[in-house]
Amino acid sequence: MGLELKNLYDGFRDGETIKAYAKIIAEDAKKLKKPINIMEVCGGHTHTIMKFGLPQLLPDNVNFIHGPGCPVCIMPKERIDHAYVLSMQPDVILVTLGDMIKVPGSKGSLQDARAKGADVRFVYSPMECIKIAQDNEAKKIIFFAIGFETTTPMTAVLVDQVIKLGIANIFFHINHVTVPEVMVELIDSRDIHVDSYNNQIDAFLGPSHVSVISGSKIYEKFPKEYGRPVVVTGFEPVDAMQGISMIVKQFVQERCELEIQYKRVVSYDGNLKAQALIEQYFEKISLFRWRGLGNVPDSGLKLKDKYATYDAEVLYKDVLPIAEIEDHKLCICGDILRGMAKPKECTIFGTACKPTSPVGSCMVSSEGACAAYYKYGNLI
Amino acid sequence: MCLSIPSKVVKISEDKTMCTVDTMGVQRDANLMMMDDESIEIGDYVLLHIGFVMNKIDEDKALESIETYKEILELMDEDDRKRAILEDDECEARGEQYIEALKS
Amino acid sequence: MTKNITIAHGNGGEENNELIKSIFYKHFENDILAKSEDAAVIEDGKLAFTTDSFTVSPLFFPGGDIGKLAVCGTCNDLAMMGAKPKYMTCSVIIEEGFSTRELEKIVRSMKKELEINGAIVVSGDTKVVPKGAVDQLFINTTGIGQIEYKGITASGLKEGMSILVSRDIGAHGATIFAAREGIELESALETDCASLYPQVKALIDSGINIVAMRDATRGGVSAVLNEWAKSSDVCVEVNEESIPVQEEVQGICEMLGFEAVDLANEGTFVLAVSKEEESKALEVLQRTHTTSVVIATVSEQYKARVILNTSWGTKRFLDLPTGELLPRIC
Repeated sequence: MGLELKNLYDGFRDGETIKAYAKIIAEDAKKLKKPINIMEVCGGHTHTIMKFGLPQLLPDNVNFIHGPGCPVCIMPKERIDHAYVLSMQPDVILVTLGDMIKVPGSKGSLQDARAKGADVRFVYSPMECIKIAQDNEAKKIIFFAIGFETTTPMTAVLVDQVIKLGIANIFFHINHVTVPEVMVELIDSRDIHVDSYNNQIDAFLGPSHVSVISGSKIYEKFPKEYGRPVVVTGFEPVDAMQGISMIVKQFVQERCELEIQYKRVVSYDGNLKAQALIEQYFEKISLFRWRGLGNVPDSGLKLKDKYATYDAEVLYKDVLPIAEIEDHKLCICGDILRGMAKPKECTIFGTACKPTSPVGSCMVSSEGACAAYYKYGNLI
Repeated sequence: MCLSIPSKVVKISEDKTMCTVDTMGVQRDANLMMMDDESIEIGDYVLLHIGFVMNKIDEDKALESIETYKEILELMDEDDRKRAILEDDECEARGEQYIEALKS
Repeated sequence: MTKNITIAHGNGGEENNELIKSIFYKHFENDILAKSEDAAVIEDGKLAFTTDSFTVSPLFFPGGDIGKLAVCGTCNDLAMMGAKPKYMTCSVIIEEGFSTRELEKIVRSMKKELEINGAIVVSGDTKVVPKGAVDQLFINTTGIGQIEYKGITASGLKEGMSILVSRDIGAHGATIFAAREGIELESALETDCASLYPQVKALIDSGINIVAMRDATRGGVSAVLNEWAKSSDVCVEVNEESIPVQEEVQGICEMLGFEAVDLANEGTFVLAVSKEEESKALEVLQRTHTTSVVIATVSEQYKARVILNTSWGTKRFLDLPTGELLPRIC
């Protein structure tokens, strides 16, 4: 039997299979010695879990802790202000991807900047910058790059093409971050801090598409050094249920391993060409502040010094604000991103802070835990 | 930044930098610069993300997964059937249930 | 309300409602306006009166153009109130430099659609503005219709009633996005833009008691169901599996991260009838589109909300779409 494209969608969304895994998990969970908390790092997983109502199918002793897997959510206000300030510079066209448009900094969002006359464009693919640059030779096109390892290589390809094609008017503001470092930070900080549930992260549902690029090798240290199993899982609902089932089985069988559920696209090594492209143009920076989490060492990327002529942070050094801006005092996004609180515990959740008027980052992007809860979570 | 979708490759450009992919009858161009030359062929299933082909989908592994799900469902059906038969035999209260139903 | 108007305020969803209520309704308030139906019912229930502006881009898209849209949009609003479209006005604002040939093509489209509705244009206005002042062409149409079926309102839904959709959803929104994003469509995906009066007439003639009827334009089916749930203070429970979506529309939704229930339609309507008349209504609707189907029932579970029931036993709220319809990346 050959594989059809439809199978790649329907096969992993089948209602009966979802119900079947719910039964398997319920049976296995009876043998668990204590409740387990699974952190899904990836925003796409938070979305799948909430949209398909998966918590409604799980037994009480298998819980989710929502992780910070939303690159828009973790952008500190001062960096969003960078985007705002850059968009207001003369002769600049600021280009970025989808959700960035609505994230509010301290001066407003890019949507607000656009309403005030700034030329802000959102694109489906970074490569669209090339046409914009060619059609607007007198302007400076600044690509505000965001995303985890999934999106970083695409920016790298754009940098590569800009250099090879000799395009003089495209620049980059890099806000790419990496996942394993923040996973470490979360384990370390939670093990020290006592939260309202005294909850530990017991296992990770590994990100789907970060892993396609980086390979599952980046999670080796979690079972080996931190005693946390990792199951790299796809983001369709059947994938998620199978991934959860694999984690529960590990606990029941007293194993602690790195496994791949999403085997149709994830391998141990990942996409080596993409990794090489990232390696060629970017390097890690030791200081990158994650909104709500503070500095997560070695989790940020910047353009290598030899490409500084393309770096908007270097070019516009004099106008870019550097002061750290704290969140609204009632906003508990930091705790939510750390998985130490649930959105409904926030005093302004659903009232002052809603998708149409977000106060904190978790509400802005549809992957943010708060946005997911607001849209899908009231019946759970 | 995870939204990536499975698509089928239907055309590849001369210089192998671009291809055309089909997602349920909707066609779109995609960039091949993240893939090694010669690694993608027409008819392959790939994962698409913000205009780029991210990786090839391993058809065998995909079919394996779908098989696994079929087997689980068959096992469930078997279990359900067995349980239904057992419940029927062990249902001492069955008589009473009918009386209740008749009353209401 | 925010200090400046943003694009989201024109989305037909939550922000749009906020704009309308806090600025327009506040000053224009009256009983007829407060009803917020598709068209205003005036002169003691005899006439329906409505207006709409059309700013679609691109002007020409598979299955239609801005002209066809301008007539369908307004005539459909009348039809949705049980009225036969009779008289229309047509005002255009044309950007300097616009092609005369294209303009005539658009007006010819309008004529064709008027004939389907049996309506005529009796008044109009033309303005030409300097380059850049409008994006090629904007059209406004108003329409007056004679009410043939009284009493259609959003506030009459009761527990137990059935909600049907007249055909598969999201075709218009998907077609427009595809045309904008430059996505090549291999198949024949077209807008669903069409005049609905013929179907409405068939329903009226069949003697069915039409409880509520509304075309699912901006904000999609999701917006209509939410408006009904709120107006009638009931719960609308949607059976997710039953929602009809064409494969190509689904493909666009997957690619751009949309949900078909949020996409605009221009020739698709939602109908509420009693459970007993469900099959009769389905039979009438299926004469035009075999994809017409029952998608929801009315209950009292969560008042003023819409619930989506999945095939594997979970449920979630389906809320009014918010924000600009941006492609989701993650």
